[in-house]
Amino acid sequence: MREEIIVSGRSNPLIDPHLEIWEWQIPSYLFLGGLAAGILFFAGLYTIMKKEKEYKTAVAVAPLITPFLLALGLFFLFLDLKHKLYFWQLYTTIKLESPMSWGAWVLMIITPLSILWGAMHLKTVFPRWDWKYPLIEEILDFFGKYKMQMAWLMTIMSVILGIYTGILLSAFNARPLWNTSILGPLFLTSGLSTGAAAIILMSKSHAERLTFAKIDLMLIAIEIFLIVHMFMGFRASTQVQIEASKLFLGGEFTTIFWVFVMGFGLVLPAILEVFELQKIKVPHQIAPVLVLAGGLVFRFIMVHAGQISRWLY
Amino acid sequence: MRYAMAVDTKKCVGCSDCVVACQTENNVPIGYCRDWVVEVTDGTYPQLELELRSERCNHCENAPCVRCCPTGASFISEGGIVKVKENKCIGCGACITSCPYDARFVHPRGYVDKCTFCDHRVKEGLNPACVAVCPTKCMYFGDLDDPNSDVSKVLKMRKSKTLIPEAGTIPHLYFLI
Repeated sequence: MREEIIVSGRSNPLIDPHLEIWEWQIPSYLFLGGLAAGILFFAGLYTIMKKEKEYKTAVAVAPLITPFLLALGLFFLFLDLKHKLYFWQLYTTIKLESPMSWGAWVLMIITPLSILWGAMHLKTVFPRWDWKYPLIEEILDFFGKYKMQMAWLMTIMSVILGIYTGILLSAFNARPLWNTSILGPLFLTSGLSTGAAAIILMSKSHAERLTFAKIDLMLIAIEIFLIVHMFMGFRASTQVQIEASKLFLGGEFTTIFWVFVMGFGLVLPAILEVFELQKIKVPHQIAPVLVLAGGLVFRFIMVHAGQISRWLY
Repeated sequence: MRYAMAVDTKKCVGCSDCVVACQTENNVPIGYCRDWVVEVTDGTYPQLELELRSERCNHCENAPCVRCCPTGASFISEGGIVKVKENKCIGCGACITSCPYDARFVHPRGYVDKCTFCDHRVKEGLNPACVAVCPTKCMYFGDLDDPNSDVSKVLKMRKSKTLIPEAGTIPHLYFLI
């Protein structure tokens, strides 16, 4: 038996009795960032594939909400800072070994890009839209000539944004639950899946919904594989990671994770999407709403459980 | 120059004088602390073993907090002392999350605070406050590159360990066992 106690009465808030420096702001941002990355990825991809007509929601409609998603996410990040007035220091440095630093710079590129993309497609969605100022028209016409290049940039940046939300956590050696390189691809897949779900929710075209149901089904399968693979890795790893995985395999996060993330967030929507593809009548909104809720719960659980997991000494 | 500290777990009585001395010397806000005392009990009665450790920032050579800091506010200063520039820190919490020793905390003013090895005293040739005040003289401080420093001499003579060396942080806080 081994018992370890701090006898000098340490009570540093947010650290004792266990680390809670990141509350709701970070997981909410990770969700919004992943969702925006997913939507922008499909918008870029279908533009590159020259299928703007068939996939109007993916290319023109859904991206309209991404500037708001990113702005809200950035606002949450700002709320998380404890030394708020110094936030601009993020943009005086480029530190490649700090995922948070390059994440901040990726946001600096992708946020204006999403605003520009939304503005360019506003008339496709609202044909009677009038910009009132000719200068805006001129700017949009100018960028319109480089739409293909923008689509490429947006696709690449959205992948970086999506994967960065996972790498941000996986870079912390001190938190064994996060310290797995699977987390980057896992968060990217989850982000793309929530993006596809948002497109299904917004789409009025049955054909488009079916395509995205197929895409989402594939992404959910990959996500389940990555989650199982992650736990296999933990079980085969050192004692600290075995302990970390126990949080989900019998520990305090077991029920919420396996019921709400795996059950309602992945398996159930996958079954509903199979039904949809088999032409069995189910309201098409249920699956994407479940996917979105599952993605949000997943990020909350990962951020909270990760901060509980630690090295043992 | 590589500053390091060694704490004799056989001599420490867990009085927490080091904690109070640090709070006083560094004006640490009430309720917070930069160092703390851990009591470890091993075994089953009657075969029990007790270890007392005065812990603080390990001033790691491969410091994860410095690596993950997005603004460069966390840095390694002269002599390998890990410090925080208050006016560069945005309070994002990345360094706190990255520390396997949980040695950092958010100062009520918003920036991240931690042990500085009392570098203001060290510059004047004094020992850090915790070392200077210890009633059992169980702590040794000095330059690892200088074979005649207190810490070099005691580490040569005694068996020692560091905390979680497998985390790859190369800590500079030694415990004599």
